[in-house]
Amino acid sequence: MIRYIIRRLIWAVGLFLAVTLIGFVLFYLIPADPAKFACGRACTQVMVDRVAHYLGTDRPVYIQYLRFLGRLMPLSLHHGLHLKSPDLGQSFVNRQSVNSIVANAAPQTASLVLGGMVVWLMIAVPVGVLSALRPRSVLDRLSMTGVLIGISAHPVWLGLIFSYFVGYRWHITPIANYANFFHPLYGQPGGPLQWAYHLILPWLTFSILFAAVYVRMIRANVMETMNEDYVRTARAKGAPESRVMFQHILRNAMLPVVTMLGMDVGLALGGAVFTETVYSLQGLGYRTISALNNYDSPTVLGILVFSTTAIIVMNLVVDLLYAWIDPRIRLS
Amino acid sequence: MALLEVKDLKTYFSTGDGVVKAVDGVSFSIEKGETLGIVGESGSGKSVTCLTIMGLNAKRNTISSGQALFKGEDLLTAKPSRLRELRGNEIAMIFQDPMTSLNPVHAVGKQLVEAVQLHSDLSKQQARGRALELLKQVGIPRADRRIDDYPHQFSGGMRQRVMIAMSLINNPDLLIADEPTTALDVTTQAQILALIERLQAEYNSAVIMITHDLGVVAEIADDIVVMYAAEVVEGGSVDDIFHSPHHPYTWGLMGSLPRLNADVERLAQISGQPPSLLRPPSGCRFHPRCPYVMDICRTVDPELKPTPGDAAHLQACHLDEATKEQEAARLLGAVSGVSS
Repeated sequence: MIRYIIRRLIWAVGLFLAVTLIGFVLFYLIPADPAKFACGRACTQVMVDRVAHYLGTDRPVYIQYLRFLGRLMPLSLHHGLHLKSPDLGQSFVNRQSVNSIVANAAPQTASLVLGGMVVWLMIAVPVGVLSALRPRSVLDRLSMTGVLIGISAHPVWLGLIFSYFVGYRWHITPIANYANFFHPLYGQPGGPLQWAYHLILPWLTFSILFAAVYVRMIRANVMETMNEDYVRTARAKGAPESRVMFQHILRNAMLPVVTMLGMDVGLALGGAVFTETVYSLQGLGYRTISALNNYDSPTVLGILVFSTTAIIVMNLVVDLLYAWIDPRIRLS
Repeated sequence: MALLEVKDLKTYFSTGDGVVKAVDGVSFSIEKGETLGIVGESGSGKSVTCLTIMGLNAKRNTISSGQALFKGEDLLTAKPSRLRELRGNEIAMIFQDPMTSLNPVHAVGKQLVEAVQLHSDLSKQQARGRALELLKQVGIPRADRRIDDYPHQFSGGMRQRVMIAMSLINNPDLLIADEPTTALDVTTQAQILALIERLQAEYNSAVIMITHDLGVVAEIADDIVVMYAAEVVEGGSVDDIFHSPHHPYTWGLMGSLPRLNADVERLAQISGQPPSLLRPPSGCRFHPRCPYVMDICRTVDPELKPTPGDAAHLQACHLDEATKEQEAARLLGAVSGVSS
């Protein structure tokens, strides 16, 4: 078990290096000079060169990459070996620390994605199971139609419809902004209740696509598992239907769902661009887009580092969880 | 009163192509402590008969009629809750494929404990003790350690032992074994059969053994029911069936048994295929494959009736008694050793 985790962590370092390297090279390949952008329109070539030197973009790309890695290292060799906190550098555009940009944006995305996951599971598990129990029933047909709509409807469109009707016309929920769970800024709404209140529409918008995909997946898995011999064995033992469903069918039908969940959540933690944009949530996706428009590579790379870590961690969690729920998997 | 008496049992499945008459008027009975063998080809309705008795057919698209009286109580009209009380408690079942019949995500001990606790108020510890006792009885080595292992850590034969332990854990009066040895290799088959026989004696359970293997029923059955195309064609004691079989289909089954002491070029076989149960043949359902077919066989379905001189030996065939006796004697002469 420990060896497995160590091996996975070594893997993770390799993956991490590859992802950041590709990110770096991509920025280097873009035919645009970040120094020119950071300096502004009125700059002369001399001033641009000075800015480039200041930002470090005048150095070869491998030097820039090594510097980036050096800052990221939790160890420093300056004045003897000592621990330091990893530093993602500073934004090219406004010299803000990327650490703080990520630290501000990540909770918004995490709130959206993790809350959204709860919402989509709360929809998908009961609907998927009930449709599987009664295939071709009215409920099944309705849910399959819903799935089709959910998969086809774009989050931006859904977001606009929701905020127009629910927020603007009917005044039921706020239509934008994030309310901090713990420490709201002065004069702004905050606390758990306001947090959830502000996130109702984003959660719905974000989770509908996933809910649709998961309903279909859960329905298919449950229908397949219902025909397994061990389900008949459970009935032959005299187990009541509820026990057959929860102990014997769902336990097995949920195995592939857990895998998908880990991948989807990990991926979405990198930023739910559409939903964040519609509801003016300053999450990771939103930040990435605005940083990309300004050729602000430190910010984009910082978010990339964060989301890569999120995906790696989520996958590790899923693998460990899997070993626990499926005894046939042995981690070695 | 018989322990289980099945009367005119019918199970029809409605499918997209029409109604499949999987079981069509089957009757038999079994006494306490007795062993009944149900033999027949694949698709002859053996398994569906037993699943219907257990109430384990999918409810959707299934119509059952007739009676299955267990200690006088009709299982076909019993409430689902009553059936749940009986299943796994008074009537237990062992399935064909031990590789897929155990839940892969629960330890075998947990599955045994579940079987106990569904039917008694024993604590988890007591139920676990009972599970361990059963695992030892069915011959799982180092049962105290293996009780927490998962099904994939057991071999096929060991898994079938676990299934047997699970079925016997509540001392059932009736054990239905649906081809319990088909998926196992030959040496394991013999062990499993011996185990079922030994435990049957110990627990005094009645056993219905479904099989297509005549060797198996010859070894352990008291009575035999031969099924063909959803119907019973012959029934009686082991002696009746093996020493004076009266139905051409039974002759065919026996003729196709390989014999170690007979040097034959090729085994006799029943020509043709089992009929479709969507559109069974008119008259006697065996007539298209029967070498003794007469005109009457094509139109009139023979009734299952007692053989003259032996009321317990039932058969459904239009042939006259003399021919049957003669043919049976000839067959037994040709394949001497059937009864051994």
